[in-house]
Amino acid sequence: MTEQSKIEIPQASRRRFLQGAAAAGAGLVVGFHWVPRNAMAQAKAAGQPQMINAFIRIAPDNTVTVLSKHLEMGQGTYTGLATIVAEELDADWNQMRAEGAPADAKLYANLAFGIQGTGGSTAMANSWEQLRKAGATARAMLVAAAAEQWKVPAREITVSKGVVSHAASGKKASFGQLAEKAAAVTPPADVTLKDPAKFSLIGKNVARLDAKAKSTGTAQYTIDVKLPGQLTALLQRAPMFGAKVKSFDAAKAKAVPGVVDVVQISNGVAVVAKNFWSAKQGREALEIVWDDSAAEKRSTDEILAEYKELAKKPGLPARKDGDVDAAFAKAAKVIEASYDFPYLAHAPMEPLDCVVKLDPNGAEIWAGDQFQTIDQASAAHVLGLKPEQVKINTLYAGGSFGRRATTNADYIVEGVEIAKAIGGKAPVRLIWTREDDIKGGKYRPMYHHTLKAGVDDKGNIIAWQHRIVGQSIITGTPFEPVMVKDGIDATSVEGAANLPYDIPNMSVELTTTKNPVTVLWWRSVGSTHTAFATEVFLDEIAGATGQDPVALRRKLLAKHPRHLGVLNLAAEKAGWGKPLPAGKMRGVAVHESFSSYVAEVAEVSLKADGTWKVDKITAAVDCGTPINPNIIRAQVESGIGYGLSATIKPGIKLAKGGEVEQSNFHDYEVLRIHEMPKVEVHIVPSKEKPTGIGEPGTPPVAPAVANALMAGTKQVFRALPLPTDGVKSV
Amino acid sequence: MAVKFTLNGKAVSLDVDPDMPLLWAVRDEIGLTGSKFGCGAAQCGACTMHVEGQPVRACSTPLSAIEGQKVTTIEGLGGKVAQAVQAAWIKHEVAQCGYCQSGQIMSAVALLTDNKKPSDADIDEAMQGNICRCATYVRIRAAIHDAAKTVRA
Repeated sequence: MTEQSKIEIPQASRRRFLQGAAAAGAGLVVGFHWVPRNAMAQAKAAGQPQMINAFIRIAPDNTVTVLSKHLEMGQGTYTGLATIVAEELDADWNQMRAEGAPADAKLYANLAFGIQGTGGSTAMANSWEQLRKAGATARAMLVAAAAEQWKVPAREITVSKGVVSHAASGKKASFGQLAEKAAAVTPPADVTLKDPAKFSLIGKNVARLDAKAKSTGTAQYTIDVKLPGQLTALLQRAPMFGAKVKSFDAAKAKAVPGVVDVVQISNGVAVVAKNFWSAKQGREALEIVWDDSAAEKRSTDEILAEYKELAKKPGLPARKDGDVDAAFAKAAKVIEASYDFPYLAHAPMEPLDCVVKLDPNGAEIWAGDQFQTIDQASAAHVLGLKPEQVKINTLYAGGSFGRRATTNADYIVEGVEIAKAIGGKAPVRLIWTREDDIKGGKYRPMYHHTLKAGVDDKGNIIAWQHRIVGQSIITGTPFEPVMVKDGIDATSVEGAANLPYDIPNMSVELTTTKNPVTVLWWRSVGSTHTAFATEVFLDEIAGATGQDPVALRRKLLAKHPRHLGVLNLAAEKAGWGKPLPAGKMRGVAVHESFSSYVAEVAEVSLKADGTWKVDKITAAVDCGTPINPNIIRAQVESGIGYGLSATIKPGIKLAKGGEVEQSNFHDYEVLRIHEMPKVEVHIVPSKEKPTGIGEPGTPPVAPAVANALMAGTKQVFRALPLPTDGVKSV
Repeated sequence: MAVKFTLNGKAVSLDVDPDMPLLWAVRDEIGLTGSKFGCGAAQCGACTMHVEGQPVRACSTPLSAIEGQKVTTIEGLGGKVAQAVQAAWIKHEVAQCGYCQSGQIMSAVALLTDNKKPSDADIDEAMQGNICRCATYVRIRAAIHDAAKTVRA
């Protein structure tokens, strides 16, 4: 982390980093007509693909490739961004392609972040105006090229489904035919964007661009990269967080056939071999003595006990409305509860990996790269290079859920340090095993929440106090200056500090803890815990005051039409209030994250033996203008499955002594097909700017399920994971 | 001693450590990368291949165990069932990150080869060994039912 403080990220804005999506609109659109230098040089030659601008390349074969500044990790970004471009370009969907843009923050910064990176469900939101303009500009350049070639006025030219036409003369040309000429046209300073009423691709279910490659085993991931002479590295990291290598003996590892080198780097000892199998056996033969003097040796139970003590005292204020103490003094009833959340590993299916090749004048990296600017700067720092000397090839990522968006470029730096340690004599492919992944930290932090509500004699909530205790994701990272303000890490309190409910006296407090266990954002970040604590607590209040959970929310959300919209839609579609057969129960939760609004109703069936199953989730979402409804539905299904996994499966535990107890999918269990409920997704029609959908489906599922169980059993559920047996119906 | 087997219809002879898992032999030595490494412990199914038509977790199958046998990977899939499954996968847009889908498809093809009309319970049983962290399970189920219809037609 000390190294990291040397990596500076450009200060884009003081606005909240992750929630900056909404701020990414007017005034921030950068020079999309710039073209990457080397791409421009390549494109000069006739008969070559032509860069029309930084985002659009048109080839003589008439394919249009969108250079995606965002990582495709499953969320449909390539398809979504290509849709925005194709719409304004009036392209035919079949001619569209997408690929990862090079690392170049000047051209490809996430406008919500100020650096190149993907996260916070910002891809569509921050690219919306930028790529509409890029598409419209490219269209104007193609039209200008045709006008010049045909000697006709540009205003008489039409473009439809990838064909440029002039009706009066009967002339027609494809984009591919005009590309070379169009690339030489001076881009117009201003373009008119399409009237949304005329959209023919946005809002329709255009086919995912990656469906075929991902159904035939041909999609290229980092683990599939094979460069001439490439070696494979596995790294032995410390068994406890904060421990370091004291000494090691490489003799036995080096004796394993295929092992080429054993090298020490910052994070441990790496075995570099001709193939994975040799590297793995070599690593098993390593003998390392660890210095654990600074390591975390407490168990997670002990850490939680510390958190519970801390929650007895006030934290730093994250929100203060009205006079909470006075309101509690007046309350007819006070309700209190506390909620616990474990550490969670992201466990994407493709374990972390990168390929690093060093050259005399630079370095080249292949990765499912999620934070290009940080990874580029960090790699350059290790190698003593300028960032622009590090080329990053962003490939498909086999999932991430936040794990590849590392604030300290952890796995990239490891790969670069190993390549450097072997003197750059061969390209190195670093692979984490599943055990490395599960034990390797960067977890969703553990949290303890306490909530206290004061209710008047009419059942109105007049006071609300919420205390959150846990580690900060951001403190000590390059994001700290932007995202930590007055000691409050925005990601620790999001979803709680901006609780929409109409409660006049509200206090949200944060106590940030510190320990060597490394933590990171996990799909939907703060909302992974704040949505559960607030939504389950609200149902506890509803129960204690005899109010219907949906009716209570409607009352408290009167001033929040978009929350109300999804709540009402989900309730209606789920048949809220209709009688249920014996043993079946319903629960609801509504939550906004990343400026998208989601309500979910869970239908749960409880068996006589005390086990239960989620039968169905009915979701309603409002993510602004829907760009691709089918992908939105897919993302909500996915978010629900991901969230449900953490609802019913245990998290990461540290044993006494500080070692992680779990190691692979047999003891860090994840949701499997027989546990997946039916999912129904309803999309609120909207003309608002599009917001994200990769994450917002996740937060409501756990509280909706807990609330269903609470409704059907009168038991309380105050920790995740929920108990999967021993639940008794009333 | 070289291990000899048939891979996607072609005779293969590999002179490597016979304990090397089939997955890594196929990926690192032969260079077919459609089958994925997810856990190395037969827990997730991303590496699923067919050995003599049966789905096998290649990450935990030593090369020596497949001497003389017929191995099929996603690259070697063919025939009516495989075509129906892959077409259904594309139509339903099952894949998100896509990393587990080679394994999912191999398990689904094996299921539909044996059972042309699987129930939801049959699908649960056959597909339970294949993890998808994107939780594309709803669409996997729909695609299998759809492919089954094509296979029966």
